[in-house]
Amino acid sequence: MRPAIEVRGVSKAYGTVQALSAIDLDVAHGEFFALLGPNGAGKTTLISLIAGLAKADAGSVRVMGHHVVADYQQARRSLGVVPQELVFDPFFSVRETLRLQSGYYGLRRNDNWIDEILERLDLVPKADANMRSLSGGMKRRVLVAQALVHKPPVIILDEPTAGVDVDLRQGLWEFIRRLNEEGHTIVLTTHYLEEAESLCTRIGMLKQGRMVVLDSTENLLKRFSALKLRLRMVGESLPDSLQPLLAAPGSNGEWVLALRDYAQVEEVLAELRRCHREIAGMELTQPDLEEVFMSIMRGY
Amino acid sequence: MDTNLGGFLTLFYKEILRFRKVAFQTVLAPILTAILYLLIFSHVLEGRVQVYPGVAYGSFLIPGLAMMSLLQNSFANTSSSIAQSKITGNIVFVLLTPLTHSQFYLAYVLAACARGLLVGSGVLLATSPFVSIPLAQPVWVFLFAFLGSAMLGTLGLLCGIWAEKFDQIAAFQNFIIIPLTFLSGVFYSIHSLPDVWQQASKLNPFFYMIDGFRYGFFGVSDVSPHSSLVIVGGALLALSFVTLLLIRRGYKLRA
Repeated sequence: MRPAIEVRGVSKAYGTVQALSAIDLDVAHGEFFALLGPNGAGKTTLISLIAGLAKADAGSVRVMGHHVVADYQQARRSLGVVPQELVFDPFFSVRETLRLQSGYYGLRRNDNWIDEILERLDLVPKADANMRSLSGGMKRRVLVAQALVHKPPVIILDEPTAGVDVDLRQGLWEFIRRLNEEGHTIVLTTHYLEEAESLCTRIGMLKQGRMVVLDSTENLLKRFSALKLRLRMVGESLPDSLQPLLAAPGSNGEWVLALRDYAQVEEVLAELRRCHREIAGMELTQPDLEEVFMSIMRGY
Repeated sequence: MDTNLGGFLTLFYKEILRFRKVAFQTVLAPILTAILYLLIFSHVLEGRVQVYPGVAYGSFLIPGLAMMSLLQNSFANTSSSIAQSKITGNIVFVLLTPLTHSQFYLAYVLAACARGLLVGSGVLLATSPFVSIPLAQPVWVFLFAFLGSAMLGTLGLLCGIWAEKFDQIAAFQNFIIIPLTFLSGVFYSIHSLPDVWQQASKLNPFFYMIDGFRYGFFGVSDVSPHSSLVIVGGALLALSFVTLLLIRRGYKLRA
């Protein structure tokens, strides 16, 4: 079976700026995939190519096996996209917007599903309100609803929680997580790395139009990050034998050591006991994606 | 082959809904403007301008005003809709769908025809209490009204696709559409012009739309209605071909 999204050797330039260079990417059916990268890395360009909103200079893109140019109708039926910008048509209410969007896909009697989406996204009280009167968060929910109105198997969300308050962000993620559990393939771009870490099983990182990392979240955390042990020892110095583990130069009686695994904690403590050091405080922190992201972006 | 007829009908319906929601501005205002033109021009020029033999100036003026309003509103419908969608970004909701290039083209242009025909009919209806006019060839009236609105709807679509800001739409409307309509024989018969201006008028495609349309009412025209039909039909085909080509290539629509 072909992947849900299949990107092969895709390149795209805007004038003299090379937005994407020879990108290869497969996203499997039912996967929750994160596409990360700093601003201008090419994330939105790649999404635009997958959605048929831009044309690749080289390479090919398929959605659910359908070529996005040669078989664009089927490719677009298979895809729902939540754009990054809060765009809306000021002439229509929420319900009209969803009915029209549904109609563009040839689904003219789709009110049951529209009602269900309105319900699930807490939009029922605003169903007959004009789009102009909605808050930013509500408009964002309508964008999600528009992407889902034709029940696409693949959903792309381009920074869906940008500028959204904590409550709504939590609600949106809960909803999207449920969609993924129901079998939808989800591709997400976000600047909130903790979200990508907790939701996505696999991560691709773009930098200057190149895919610099493509691996499972678990592997990335293992490969690029370490456990951190923060030690506080009043009036004491760090034994020379532990100096190689320092993650950063210590100060004010505090040291941060980078450990390869939990077993090494006991080794450090044993060494401190052997050197007669007294620990005033200790904290163990887990590796996180932000650290991975920073180390990768610095490294490439 | 995915025909997606429902998608096409929805886009057409959405464009109708769009101008219907602001009908005061899109339908009633141009009808009122046409009535004012009729009252002022017919009062000032009645008996002073020679038009067709046996046809009063007021009667001559009405089909011209109806066609002028029809053309300008057909252009305004597509140009403003596309430009607004592009500038605000909501055109993405149409571009993401499985609509074909020709469905995209037809839905916008047919909605422009609907607005143009509605405004044109409104002008004829609203001016009927003031001046009565004959209806010699109704088929020619409808034919030129439809072709004229389709041509200006297509021109508006082309302009909306090309424009990156509202200024450009306004410039196109003020420097091209309005002069071409005003100089096309809305207010006069070209036979009343000096020879050089008569020849110049024949280079203006809008002249053939108005002259052919007027033929439908009076059975008299400045040039043969068949020639006008060929010229207007040819211009529409050429404009449609260029517009469809640009839509297919995604010119200024898809990056």
